[in-house]
Amino acid sequence: MAETKRILVSCGTAIATSTVVARGIEEAMKERGINVTTRQCKASEIRSLVQEGFDLIVTTTPVPDNLGVPVIHTLAFLTGIGKEEVIEQIYQTLSE
Amino acid sequence: MSQEIVNILEEKAVLLNLEVESSDEVIRELAEPLYQAGYVLESFADAAIEREKALPTGLPLMGNINAAIPHTDIVHVKKPGLGLATLKKPVTFNNMVSPDETVEVQFVVLMALDEAKAQVEMLQAIAGLLQNPDIIEAVFMAESPSKVKEILAESNEE
Repeated sequence: MAETKRILVSCGTAIATSTVVARGIEEAMKERGINVTTRQCKASEIRSLVQEGFDLIVTTTPVPDNLGVPVIHTLAFLTGIGKEEVIEQIYQTLSE
Repeated sequence: MSQEIVNILEEKAVLLNLEVESSDEVIRELAEPLYQAGYVLESFADAAIEREKALPTGLPLMGNINAAIPHTDIVHVKKPGLGLATLKKPVTFNNMVSPDETVEVQFVVLMALDEAKAQVEMLQAIAGLLQNPDIIEAVFMAESPSKVKEILAESNEE
């Protein structure tokens, strides 16, 4: 899979939790051989940004779910709880 | 990895065994020393409280102690720093990923961030800290802010 997957990472202010999540996703997907680019945003910016074309949205705050892009809500990159499961879920979603 | 937290943790903003009644109160208690020490503007406390209402930061963790990581927009921050409070009794925050749910929190890290990319190691270190119930328990039992710094610096070697 040479194509780079685009992930939109959302949180409240786009400076703190999305940074941790984006980094966590990049590292985890690299280990699995998937190229990803991540873009951080605030939850309020999602509707307008999603037009740019993303393969997945990963968020720590509630976001609308009729965006036409799969959405994964998780705190796992912050708390470690369920981290393996969510990494697997992200991998599966990007592999489709 | 915890060296980044140690570097940026303001000892005057490490409040152990703090007794407060609400999330607003603990945010104010932590914001005050950060303001006095020149990390944040006076507006920071109110802004962090407002933001917490709209976008809560409660995090249910694996051990007995849950955490919250209040923060707000960078416009209120002069230089990056951290405040840390351990609470004598739990205080209610709302859950970050499901704001309708509450989390009983005893470990609060108030983050004064001025720019994300520069602080990515620090943010990752905080996430690492939260993922380690043993370190959280050790910090909880610490008798002084310098002891807290010691614990975090030592956890570097793991």
